[in-house]
Amino acid sequence: MADILFTQGPDELKRAPLAHLHRRLEEVSQSAPSTIRLGERPFTTQIGLRAVPGTAAHRALAGALGVELPARVGEVTGDAADVAVLWLGPDEFLVVAPPERAELVPRLQDALGSEPGQVVDLSANRTIVELGGSAARDVLDKGSPADLHPRVFPAGTAVTTTLGPAAVLLWRTAEDAWRVLPRASFAEYTALWLLDAVREHRLPASDGASDAAPDAAADPASASTPDSREEAAWPATMA
Amino acid sequence: MMLIPCPHCGPRNETEFAYGGQAHVSYPEDPHALDDAAWARHLFYRENPKGLFAERWVHSAGCRRWFNAVRNTITYEVQSVEPIGPRPPGGRPAESTTSEGGHA
Repeated sequence: MADILFTQGPDELKRAPLAHLHRRLEEVSQSAPSTIRLGERPFTTQIGLRAVPGTAAHRALAGALGVELPARVGEVTGDAADVAVLWLGPDEFLVVAPPERAELVPRLQDALGSEPGQVVDLSANRTIVELGGSAARDVLDKGSPADLHPRVFPAGTAVTTTLGPAAVLLWRTAEDAWRVLPRASFAEYTALWLLDAVREHRLPASDGASDAAPDAAADPASASTPDSREEAAWPATMA
Repeated sequence: MMLIPCPHCGPRNETEFAYGGQAHVSYPEDPHALDDAAWARHLFYRENPKGLFAERWVHSAGCRRWFNAVRNTITYEVQSVEPIGPRPPGGRPAESTTSEGGHA
């Protein structure tokens, strides 16, 4: 087996899937940080595991990882800040770890040995868009069919679902902190979708003067300025 | 919009699934023994019952697993689901034999 580790290589050649949008994500976070924050956490170590629960392979992988593998849908084991394991299917799991933990790949491959199962470096597959703030759930509810109420989706839950039309992993790491994991090729779309969805939370109300907030109504000219700047930035991004 | 209870993920929106047609259609034991009409019948002829129908679904935007479901084609109610695995006794679910309408 060729040991090509996407997590290894010259750092200067690495390019985050959303590098071209970092400035706009940052602008959102600065606009109303307690309401909505956006950012990218690129280059994480991600490892796809296949092992049937109850088998030697499953025990070996959990042992080498030092983290139990999740047993049911939505469950996340481990620590979101360090090594976490997400449930993707009855015998399919995703390890998400910081970029410097790439050594987990050969360690898990050794642990699996010749048992039936799979350990694949998927680090280049998905990037992580981080979404935070009090309005984060409202934003996700606009495009996700999953029930995100804390009653069924508490912190420490992750499911594979869709955001708009794009398939993503949706992971709630804290009450007001979410991670959206689109595939790298869908990252730009997902980020642009989120940038659009958060607009009502980052901008002062600028349309419909009668029901606009008093401060915005008092100065409609300044209220509409960010709106037009946003539109102006749009074609430049798509080019 | 249907809420389909995936056997692995629980109830999820219909948009996360893809349809796989009638369940429990077995491959001919000796395909070379079939004439064109019989082969076409195997490939293309499916039951179209008014009532309970055993069918396959895949949770393509979720756990990506195939499963069997028994769905009422009148009310769209999904009566039961089961993971792909051992075939039900008799080779087909008892429910589908209760369906009205002509069998192909």
